Amino acid sequence: MSPQIRLLDAGDAALTVEFGDAIAPGLLAAVNALDAAVARLARAGGLPGLIEAVPTFRSLTLLYDPLLTCRADVEAALAPLLVGAGEAQSASGRHWRLPVCYGGEAGPDLEATAAAIGATADEVVALHAGTEYRVYMLGFMPGFPFMGDLPERLCLPRRAEPRLRVAPGSVAIATGLSAIYPWESPGGWHLLGRCPVRLFDPAAAEPSLLAAGDCVRFEPVSAAEYARLAAAVAAGELPPAHWRAEAAAGGGR
Amino acid sequence: MSAARPIGVEVLSPGAFATLQDGGRRGFRRIGVPWAGVLDRRLMRLANALAGNAEDSAVIECFDGGLQLAARGGAVRVAVAGHAALEIGSGEERRALPAWRSLTLAEGEVLRIRRMERGRLAMVAVAGLAPAVVMGSAATYARAGLGGIDGQGRALAAGDLLPAAAAAEGPERVLPQPPGGDAAPIRVIPGPQADHFSAEALAALVAGEYRVTAEADRMGVRLEGATLAHAGAAEIVSDATVPGSIQVPGKGQPIVLLADAQTAGGYPKIATVISADIPRLAALRPGETLRFAAVDVAEGERLARVAEACTRELLAAIRPLYAEGVDLAALYACNLVGGVVHALGPDYRPLLDPLPQQADPKRNTL
Repeated sequence: MSPQIRLLDAGDAALTVEFGDAIAPGLLAAVNALDAAVARLARAGGLPGLIEAVPTFRSLTLLYDPLLTCRADVEAALAPLLVGAGEAQSASGRHWRLPVCYGGEAGPDLEATAAAIGATADEVVALHAGTEYRVYMLGFMPGFPFMGDLPERLCLPRRAEPRLRVAPGSVAIATGLSAIYPWESPGGWHLLGRCPVRLFDPAAAEPSLLAAGDCVRFEPVSAAEYARLAAAVAAGELPPAHWRAEAAAGGGR
Repeated sequence: MSAARPIGVEVLSPGAFATLQDGGRRGFRRIGVPWAGVLDRRLMRLANALAGNAEDSAVIECFDGGLQLAARGGAVRVAVAGHAALEIGSGEERRALPAWRSLTLAEGEVLRIRRMERGRLAMVAVAGLAPAVVMGSAATYARAGLGGIDGQGRALAAGDLLPAAAAAEGPERVLPQPPGGDAAPIRVIPGPQADHFSAEALAALVAGEYRVTAEADRMGVRLEGATLAHAGAAEIVSDATVPGSIQVPGKGQPIVLLADAQTAGGYPKIATVISADIPRLAALRPGETLRFAAVDVAEGERLARVAEACTRELLAAIRPLYAEGVDLAALYACNLVGGVVHALGPDYRPLLDPLPQQADPKRNTL
């Protein structure tokens, strides 16, 4: 086991493999590599009793049925997978290109964000849309992607006053990360725009559009184009594959 | 000729809060979808076994009593597990019944959970109940609009009709010896972020009483008691939570996460409630108190096996109730159901007195 990896107790039915305590691409690669290795081992029958694995920024938590397995057996099965696991290279996730209508009603914090960093609104849009993001993890709410890293200039703390209602589809930034709210919810992030793409569909084989490790680029669109896309999404005319970036065909899985 | 009315139960009142739940939704925590599902799987299994359903069938999970159901379109068999005082009747005619048994409601007859004698949770199984499955489960999860009565995460409301099977022939079933009260401390395993707290905080967690606040629901239970001081920052880079995680925000008061809690969080987690004790914790009412005790992983695993063995014993003890119509208390007293009298839980009394009783808060204190 690499020295920086720690096994943490998470009750009698779960175990957390911790790679570090930061948000960093290297940790993401290690978490994703172990996640994939665990999935392969489970498919091969090597982790009886495993219920599921949950990747986060810096850890992988395994939830299992303590009536079907035990901590000692899970640890023994994991041990070979942890050798060198901290040094994994970044695997290629899927690539997505998601439209965003920036500013105005769609992005009520765009101007304030520009003012806060001494830039114009257009410069903020160029910075945000000019970066490729990795999905670090999904959480906070179903289908909510934590993506990074933001360009340094866009790194702001959360809003002092969280909003009680953030519109679904809102594209937001805070604490060095970007996200899209799949649902209406309270939220303290800065809202730059809105994305018409459906991030979560319970009827789909993969209910979440995005998965940890995926790459996302945002593409600015006009309010009119946003409205057209939103209507097409609502009518079921744009399947999830529509948003895959063809230029990055090497990243399929 | 009119078509036959569909057979089912109509929700006349959901009581305080009632949802359809089953064993829960597995495999989607990685996309932020918690398991949801019943807060007490033993009660679900017992209710289903009493009603003649498969153990993991969906049930109605009720908080704090008050649920009223009426049979529609024909007779329907239902069963209730939980320390609930029941009443059935039609019109002015009503009679009290104990829980832990099945009963067949004639068309139009009403079942009411009059009150909870202990705890908050009762599970009502309805024979043949089979709500639509969303992402592998019928469990209601409001935040993402999954499962439940409408497939979109809604809690039960007056007027909802749950399709059911026509009541089968044959005797009702009863659990002669319901599980008794367990006043043992809630067992926890320290970690995963116990090292984010001072040694005094770990000692304080297991030293004193914690009180359940009004913020206690399917997502979690916020407690108040001794402050748990962080050794460093009160926030961490988010990592996964599990059912039973005890997260401690900056003010140092713990929150125990339950079935509907978010799947990751940024507060340090001082310990995790063992799976065997989560149902007891979830059943505590606001104002009740509890104590924690620390155990290691091996002991937690042993207690999980003990709890499962206990559940299986209870399932195996379910008996046909041939003497329908007789006074159940007399039945117990005559010891007709096989050596159960001395084994009855100390707090269990079949409720035959219809007068409402004031719950003794001390009896509910763990």
